[in-house]
Amino acid sequence: MSTTLPSTTPAGTTLTETTLLRFATAGSVDDGKSTLVGRLLHDSKSVLVDQLEAVERASASRGQEAPDLALLTDGLRAEREQGITIDVAYRYFATAARRFILADTPGHVQYTRNMVTGASTAELTVILVDARNGVVEQTRRHAAIAALLRVPHVVLAVNKMDLVDYEEGVFAAIAEEFTAYALELGVPEVTAIPISALAGDNVVEPSAHMDWYGGPTVLEHLETVPVAHDLAHCHARLPVQFVIRPQTAEHPDYRGYAGQIAAGSFRVGEAVTVLPSGRASRIAGIDLLGVPVEEAWTTQSVTVLLEDDIDVSRGDLIVPSKDAPATTQDVEATVCHVADQPLTVGHRVLIKHGTRTVKAIVKDIPSRLTLDDLSLHPHPGQLVANDIGRVKIRTAEPLPVDSYADSRRTGSFILIDPADGTTLTAGMVGESFAAPEPVKDASDDDGWDF
Amino acid sequence: MTTTVATATGGTYALSHLDALESEAVHIFREVAGEFENPVILFSGGKDSIVMLHLALKAFRPAAVPFSLLHVDTGHNFPEVLDYRDRAVARHGLRLHVASVQDYIDRGVLKERPDGTRNPLQTLPLTEKIQAEKFDAVFGGGRRDEEKARAKERVFSLRDEFSQWDPRRQRPELWNLYNGRHAPGEHVRVFPLSNWTELDVWQYIAREGIELPEIYFAHEREVFQRSGMWLTAGEWGGPKASEQVEKRLVRYRTVGDMSCTGAVDSDATTLDAVIAEIAASRLTERGATRADDKLSEAAMEDRKREGYF
Repeated sequence: MSTTLPSTTPAGTTLTETTLLRFATAGSVDDGKSTLVGRLLHDSKSVLVDQLEAVERASASRGQEAPDLALLTDGLRAEREQGITIDVAYRYFATAARRFILADTPGHVQYTRNMVTGASTAELTVILVDARNGVVEQTRRHAAIAALLRVPHVVLAVNKMDLVDYEEGVFAAIAEEFTAYALELGVPEVTAIPISALAGDNVVEPSAHMDWYGGPTVLEHLETVPVAHDLAHCHARLPVQFVIRPQTAEHPDYRGYAGQIAAGSFRVGEAVTVLPSGRASRIAGIDLLGVPVEEAWTTQSVTVLLEDDIDVSRGDLIVPSKDAPATTQDVEATVCHVADQPLTVGHRVLIKHGTRTVKAIVKDIPSRLTLDDLSLHPHPGQLVANDIGRVKIRTAEPLPVDSYADSRRTGSFILIDPADGTTLTAGMVGESFAAPEPVKDASDDDGWDF
Repeated sequence: MTTTVATATGGTYALSHLDALESEAVHIFREVAGEFENPVILFSGGKDSIVMLHLALKAFRPAAVPFSLLHVDTGHNFPEVLDYRDRAVARHGLRLHVASVQDYIDRGVLKERPDGTRNPLQTLPLTEKIQAEKFDAVFGGGRRDEEKARAKERVFSLRDEFSQWDPRRQRPELWNLYNGRHAPGEHVRVFPLSNWTELDVWQYIAREGIELPEIYFAHEREVFQRSGMWLTAGEWGGPKASEQVEKRLVRYRTVGDMSCTGAVDSDATTLDAVIAEIAASRLTERGATRADDKLSEAAMEDRKREGYF
């Protein structure tokens, strides 16, 4: 896999176009997460003089001797006073190889919703453990969230190696236990890295204390993990956001369907179907922000022109005729409840899927899931903030939902309170975990297929 | 240069970082066009608002932009920037609303501050204009990398009828599913450049060949030093008797109010030279040139609560 962009500038500058990686961190203050993030920003030279001076001033005024790198990532006053992180904070840095967007989320159980939010747009998650404590309940919860949200790449950063004498055996045992657990949940790939965020080992610079480790540093891994997508096996999906009709002398008949390709790719000439109406046509042209192209792919924002004058509007989904999802009014999903008010059976809500928002009702909450040990609690009756559970939703109109396992953008939705607009719940259609296929017992299958 | 890449092996696709950011911003503009009645773009003639307008034009091509523009005029703006603003409005056939701080001072509604800075005075004219025109979505050029209080800002940021921002009422934003629902009288501030950095903005300006007001490039200017910044002499209250005016070669990294926007020494007369200078710079954009953000560690947070950007 080699996606390289033409570069005309010498290495070490960020003046050329590179690729973009969105990643998330999960871990508590105690695991040294803020120090890791601060170290990543500081050692990659992304912290500028005035920011560092501000941190030094703040550290000194609290009587701390060394600048506290964790202060680089503190935001609101309430948090500064309590010394905790209570929301998703986004950080930005770049190296010559890549631009990064980091969703920095707190790791405590009461902030599950923030971790879910951060992971929803992430291609990679860094899960932090303290080498002295190994895999604890919280670690299992973080792994479960990465698995639920289908984050393609997971990094286990075993921190505070300096406090266990940089022992290979300690690292190997933790890495092995975590990897086995994560793979069981269906996480496709785990990369374990022994680090000391405080001392700087293997965060940006390779460690001088761990010759036994031959792998990449955290930053090297972030720079090289693939961000290109193999679209050969993706369902192509284009949610229509807006209909562009200039109605000018120059463009009297232009009717373009604008949207961001949510998955896969589309080509001019392709036979497509518009859902939920089911009307069919062919792609006559694709405008990539004013430039005609033959092919476009996720996540490009495009305008598609069709050969036939059929009725298409905001909220519709354009799909290949040969690969259209079924539409349904009964959605079953794994959800994370993100609002302070609870979600109850019988709750009347709005569901936003892609660009379509319709009325819906919560028919059933079959179970609540405890992430620490993956135990199920049947029929909890309601879900409160930070709960993960299964819900059955009946929608007022048919929706063309995909399974979240197949498509993160067209398999996800949010529930909204119609009364005050609060975002209540984040939902993922279909099965919770990409667990390995269970081996079927031959006696269950007598070969008849009715 | 090629900006989108498909490998020769076929099947694998990626976007460059600028294409990814551009596509995301266009998605945000189109989402607002689809879900709101009366959106407006805050347009000052500064580089971030120029990039916003450029993206909005691309998002709806070949149709017109379905939004009007709004400028909060402090009365202390650089003439070059106002001139650019008026030319951009005329060229694209847009409608410009102006909320004037000077007008509020003349009417005695607002008082001039002792330090002469008018940036904090923008809040009232802005919020009253939003109410009067019934704007339900207001695009701002704010970026999350600018300041710590902004790192947690949403792309769709809900404001109550007093334009106040309550950190506890902000909604989680998952995937790219934005929730723009609001009660009558409330509005949503929308930040399409949330995920951009200063360098991204400059690289994009260079790639797209976007014209900027000339004060962004090195030029000779009569300036004087105050609080470690080079300020432009003008009717807004400078220089004082104790301050020495001198002619220097400078450029502006950010363009706000003349009273609190400082120039930096520079000989960068082209976009490439400006980008090279920024890439090598060890000072953040606001830290170097904005006095108003230094007021206190929580200054921005307080002003956001009141309805400022």
